[in-house]
Amino acid sequence: MNVEQFLYHEARLLDTHQLEAWLELFTDDATYWVPLEQGQKDALETSSIIHDDRTLLGLRVKQARHPRAHARLPLARTVHQVSNISVIEDSGDELKVASTLALIEWRNEKQRLWGALVEHRLRRAGESFRIAHKRVDLVNSEGELDGIAILF
Amino acid sequence: MAANEQLAMLVQPDRVHRSVYADPAIFDLEMERLFGRAWLVLGHESQVARSGDYFTTRMGREPVIVVRKSGNEIGVLVNRCAHRGATVCAEGRGNTERFVCPYHGWSYDRGGALRAVPVPGGYRKESLSGLGLKAVPRVSLYRGFLFASLAATGPSLEEFLGPAKSSFDDFVDRAPGGELEVAGGVFKHVYNGNWKLMLENHLDGVHPAYVHASSIAAARGAPEPGSPGSEHYFDIAVRQMRQNGAPESLWESIGLWATPRGHGWLGDYHTDKRLTGGDEHPVFKEYKKKLIQKAGEAEAERVLGVTRWNTIIYPNCSFMSQFRQLRIIHPIAVDRSVVYTYSLRMKDAPARMFRDTVAFANVVNGTGSWVLTDDLEVYERVQRGFASGAAEWLCIGRGHGGDVDEADGVRRGASGTSEVFIRAQLNAWLDYMTKQ
Repeated sequence: MNVEQFLYHEARLLDTHQLEAWLELFTDDATYWVPLEQGQKDALETSSIIHDDRTLLGLRVKQARHPRAHARLPLARTVHQVSNISVIEDSGDELKVASTLALIEWRNEKQRLWGALVEHRLRRAGESFRIAHKRVDLVNSEGELDGIAILF
Repeated sequence: MAANEQLAMLVQPDRVHRSVYADPAIFDLEMERLFGRAWLVLGHESQVARSGDYFTTRMGREPVIVVRKSGNEIGVLVNRCAHRGATVCAEGRGNTERFVCPYHGWSYDRGGALRAVPVPGGYRKESLSGLGLKAVPRVSLYRGFLFASLAATGPSLEEFLGPAKSSFDDFVDRAPGGELEVAGGVFKHVYNGNWKLMLENHLDGVHPAYVHASSIAAARGAPEPGSPGSEHYFDIAVRQMRQNGAPESLWESIGLWATPRGHGWLGDYHTDKRLTGGDEHPVFKEYKKKLIQKAGEAEAERVLGVTRWNTIIYPNCSFMSQFRQLRIIHPIAVDRSVVYTYSLRMKDAPARMFRDTVAFANVVNGTGSWVLTDDLEVYERVQRGFASGAAEWLCIGRGHGGDVDEADGVRRGASGTSEVFIRAQLNAWLDYMTKQ
């Protein structure tokens, strides 16, 4: 699977609510990061919309499947439109990939549109990749936002 | 507009009318009589540490600028040009000598006085005298926390806070040397619901088991938090989520207090051990050592013996001292509210403690939190329910009749799950709304 196909595959898993399969794409030491501030450099001493290690990301997925996950039942319907994919670093074992995300979310009679610059660190794994790090910089991360119960 | 007698009928000892949360005319009246009169929490003095530092915020519907004036005093100015009404200062924060209106270049100093008007020859001189950015009449600090009131007269800040001062004392006393600063970014979340819904939720010990059932269940299945010296990043989240799932008997047994002005707090909920690993934790040991250095052993023990959880300062603030979270609510419309969540850093505590604060903020109070998002979902469902004419009233009677009056007007809940704090908030609401 090439890089483009891998990112489309990831988006498809999210859009079809295959959250457990999506989680499997991440390495054990992975981090998933949606910064709060534009150009945020640090995730430990500045807050983030989401900053999960692999354990917390796993719990997030587990929560979504709970019969009383009020903000996630039903899960929002989404379209993750991934584009402008470019490999910006390739060290052999690991690639740094930039892309853009346009996301449409619909739930509870409310439709939202998101835009983000995305960066993946992908580790080669046989014929495919695993995600070692994913960073999603929302264009409106510093804005006044309704609660976020989706995964980017 | 509703007459005072009509307003008084809406709040009864054990029930409240839905229009208090859903009627736009009542909301308008709240902006005038409640947010226009009460002391409102605006933030912390560290946000305007140096002369010229400013940040923008709201007081009810008023857009305001909080600024450190040249004489080092803190001022609060209404962010509205005296000329054509444009906001003179863009949203955000910074440092400036002058606020210059983008429309026709009228410029104001840090105290709000009009300093320059381009092409002034077009005006008779006397017509410009006395113009400026309107200063909010009363500004005051309590131990570094910044308050302002849009009313020129009224109770002093000390009088307003009353016994709730002790929660701010707990907040500040926990910092070695009393040094706190706002740091680590601001969450700004919004929900389609009345502003009161948040304040009526933060001391509610019954809701976690239901609203947060999914995050509690996930945390129960999580790996165990690390032992002292081998902590994980996820420990803070897992501990807090599990604590939300404390048994009913614990929620029943904890202390819950409310004051006649609508303030309230939950005590006896946590110990440092429950949420951070506590005493044996190497970072906590280092912190405690610093606290003892600054305050002495006896005082340090006293400070750490206070186990207070959320405190509500009515009508616009909720905070908790252990992880140093400050939430300020801005009513936008009868069914729309914005909440700004700040973290505070203890300047002289080990750096690692602020990392715990950030981890806590992300997972509990953040816009993408798995805890907060369930609260917001429920607020919105409650607001939708108000549209129903099938039932006019909400029940607020848990513990009613069993609450206990203590000194200084403080009332202790019949149990930790009493709705005493909601009744106190609504009594204060009625007081603001009907007194002239």
